[in-house]
Amino acid sequence: MKETTVRKNLFNVGAILAGLAITFKYMFRKRPTIQYPSVKKQHAPRFHGLHELRRYDDAKERCIGCELCSSACPANAITVIGAENAPDARVSPGERHAARYEIDELRCIFCGMCEEACPTDAIVLTPRFEMADFRRGSFIYGKDRLLVPPDAGVGAAPDERPGGIPGDLGRVAKIKSTVDITEGYDATWRGEILKTQRKGLAG
Amino acid sequence: MTALASVPLWLVVLVKSAILLLVVVTTFAYAMLAERKVLGWMQLRPGPNRVGPWGLMQPAADAAKLMLKEDLTPKTADPLIYRLAPFISLLTAFSVYAVIPFGSSASGTWAIGNVNAGILFILAITSIGVYGISLGGWASGSKYPLLGSVRATAQMISYELAMSLSFVGVLILAGTTSLDGIVSAQLRWWFFVPQFVGFIIYIITAVAETNRTPFDLVEAETELVGGFHTEYSGLRFGLFFIAEYVNMLTVSCIATLLFFGGWNAPFGITAVPGVVWFIAKVACFLFFYMWLRATLPRLRYDRLMAFGWKVLLPVATLNLMVTAAVVALR
Repeated sequence: MKETTVRKNLFNVGAILAGLAITFKYMFRKRPTIQYPSVKKQHAPRFHGLHELRRYDDAKERCIGCELCSSACPANAITVIGAENAPDARVSPGERHAARYEIDELRCIFCGMCEEACPTDAIVLTPRFEMADFRRGSFIYGKDRLLVPPDAGVGAAPDERPGGIPGDLGRVAKIKSTVDITEGYDATWRGEILKTQRKGLAG
Repeated sequence: MTALASVPLWLVVLVKSAILLLVVVTTFAYAMLAERKVLGWMQLRPGPNRVGPWGLMQPAADAAKLMLKEDLTPKTADPLIYRLAPFISLLTAFSVYAVIPFGSSASGTWAIGNVNAGILFILAITSIGVYGISLGGWASGSKYPLLGSVRATAQMISYELAMSLSFVGVLILAGTTSLDGIVSAQLRWWFFVPQFVGFIIYIITAVAETNRTPFDLVEAETELVGGFHTEYSGLRFGLFFIAEYVNMLTVSCIATLLFFGGWNAPFGITAVPGVVWFIAKVACFLFFYMWLRATLPRLRYDRLMAFGWKVLLPVATLNLMVTAAVVALR
């Protein structure tokens, strides 16, 4: 064997030892795994997830059945059928309300245009994202599943709730989020308003 | 020994074998779990952790799954040999433990049988082990298993030679082929010090003998689907799997016995019983094999052969010659 070949082979032994050192070091590194179903990742406060239809403080529905969300929807996922309010049993404070409100969550692209279009802030996106089901039909969400229950209170919109995570998400992983939760996003004009609102909440 | 004197020998051997079988199978189960855990940690994953606390019931879940799976025999297979092959592998893997001593006390050596030519017996039995893989691959009647078994045969021939030569150095120093005698000869110096080259050669050839990464060409997933066990399913696949891990345990035991002083306590710490030292040393070797698997990529086939014949065999021969000369001149 030539002298250079011997030297090269000896260097290879060094390379193997270096490789072993690397794998050994990795064994003691912090693993980035989040044990998903039991521990969940912190979402951005304005994460676009499942929709929610909100109510006013007196438990009346915010939706006035104007169908602006439906026409703003780029995926044609929203169907609204409006109806007149009966004067003695009002569903919403205005003249009209949504008799039917359906969102096909399989069509929805979670862009949030409905949120932007809504004149009464009735339709909002929550951070809920676990919608898996066995039948396509179950992805058409009607008022029964979209509307906040009256006894659940009226509360703030999802992105205005401190932390941005509703209680039903369970344990949240203690990892560094991509977004500063206390400061919130300020990518849009709404972010500015949110910051001031949240300052008020914290104080 | 006085209490055992009245008990017939066959009963003693039977009970010892039953206990040992239980211990070896349990060790296999947890070695497998440990391997998956260690591989996971080295790849920044947690490893199996869903069945029981820290995934400790994972082996039981795996066993239940394998037993419930369908046992398929391909149409093109040779049915008798195809069904027999896993048992050849398993039988040879287990029968090595008939002569491996685990410790020593005043009443004798802790082994089923203390054979004079223990090391020769081990070499003979482990050489038969390749038949399980070769026949299994050949009898599957399918091309990938056939390629796997051809590789197994060639690999075994090229690495067994160097392995045997690395043993001979130890045998010359100890002056005996009895495993008990070899361990007692290491009271002063563990043989990995005077036989360092032999030890390195043994470690490398042992990886090749057990068909593990980086010498796992026999079951190279990326090239040969599953290698020799491609067509096997269910319990028969499980038997091959057990045989592979038991072989890994065997080579760890041999490395401990021949090069790391067996149950001799290091630094004269005799408060801890010898068996514990033996188990600890074997565990270190098992970890080392898992560590290797997490680190090294698979060798190319021609390089594997070239390395075996052109590097390991000459170095082993040279090591043997030097050892023999030193012992003769002393």
